[in-house]
Amino acid sequence: VSIGTAEFTFVADLVRREAAIVLEPGKEYLVDARLAPLAREAGVPGVNEFVRLARQAPTRDHRWSIVEALTTNETSWFRDPAVFEAFRRDLLPRLVAERSARQPLQIWSAAASTGQEAYSLAMLLTDELPPGWRYEILGTDISAEVLERARAGLYTQMEMNRGLPAQHLVRYFRRQGTGWRVDDRLRNGIRFRELNLAGPLLGLPRFDVVFMRNVLIYFDTETKRSVLERVRRLMAPGGWLVLGTAETTRGIDEQFEQHRFGALTAYRSAAPDAAPSLKGKA
Amino acid sequence: VHALVIDDSSAMRMILRRTLKNLGFEVTEAVNGRDALDRLPTLDPQPDVALVDWNMPEMDGLTFVQTVRVDPRFRRLTLLMVTTESEQSQIVRALAAGAHEYLIKPFTPDAVADKLELLGLTTAGV
Repeated sequence: VSIGTAEFTFVADLVRREAAIVLEPGKEYLVDARLAPLAREAGVPGVNEFVRLARQAPTRDHRWSIVEALTTNETSWFRDPAVFEAFRRDLLPRLVAERSARQPLQIWSAAASTGQEAYSLAMLLTDELPPGWRYEILGTDISAEVLERARAGLYTQMEMNRGLPAQHLVRYFRRQGTGWRVDDRLRNGIRFRELNLAGPLLGLPRFDVVFMRNVLIYFDTETKRSVLERVRRLMAPGGWLVLGTAETTRGIDEQFEQHRFGALTAYRSAAPDAAPSLKGKA
Repeated sequence: VHALVIDDSSAMRMILRRTLKNLGFEVTEAVNGRDALDRLPTLDPQPDVALVDWNMPEMDGLTFVQTVRVDPRFRRLTLLMVTTESEQSQIVRALAAGAHEYLIKPFTPDAVADKLELLGLTTAGV
């Protein structure tokens, strides 16, 4: 690890202020790994020099590039396959049964990164929804850079290797140069837009399913509570929230009740009837 | 879990062996499809998964997959092709022949782990 204490503290403060993400001491390696490419790009010898440059720079762009670099994750297709399998087998049929009057299904991939989760959901829904059903998927992320890649839907061979079932590759992708491009059938059902979960959640529909996995772990308890409460208000009555396998609403937002579907733990608002009155207050 | 690695490249066998051992697998190696077919009935315990290269002398991986899939003795063997062949038509051929999954070289250890998790052979995500 090469990053100095003062530099790490600056980065941790910045990322906490801008994105409400907590980088505790011990995460120096992460800062090093994520900022090294930016330092190279800026033509400075190392991460420390790059951070010092950002401290002096009056422009927001420079500091924002640090926030972006630290809030992106490497991502697999169908990450945690057992979760997707339980979603397919148990949760989706239940959702369809309960939602027969409401179409299309509104799905939110709330930490979309480069799009693998959103496209995985699109593949699953295209395969599994009964005839006549439609879906709209919204993928959001704090990073404009990753969303540009998500929108392009163009992936390298190495990215394709990360957990994408061969059957899906064959069915939903086409060779483009040395990479692969997502079929337009999937791209047409997905929109991507920039959104900071720690900021105001405006202009969003009511969601039937929210995938917000491995996001809360980065937040402190206060921010977790605030994010969960605001996400809950965006959910359609009876809508489902899916968190990362190590995450829970328990002890943070008791308005959610927990349901188990095999490997999948999903949450729904304990009092869906309360939703219309909240509307009146807003 | 027991894995059979079938590849004529000793370097590739070493990479796969190391990756699989790190995931807690027991590993047996074969140098081509013919070698693998000869050894398969003698292995105890029987492998749960075979990682199969495509282009090998004596018997290629596609022929191995086709042969094994119609042999009731090996009904429970999961077949993962691991190959540089990356055209869509070839992936379709391998799946039609009976391969359960397909991994394109070069790959990272994480990609091997992802495929094995997809096949239900490991549980922990990366």
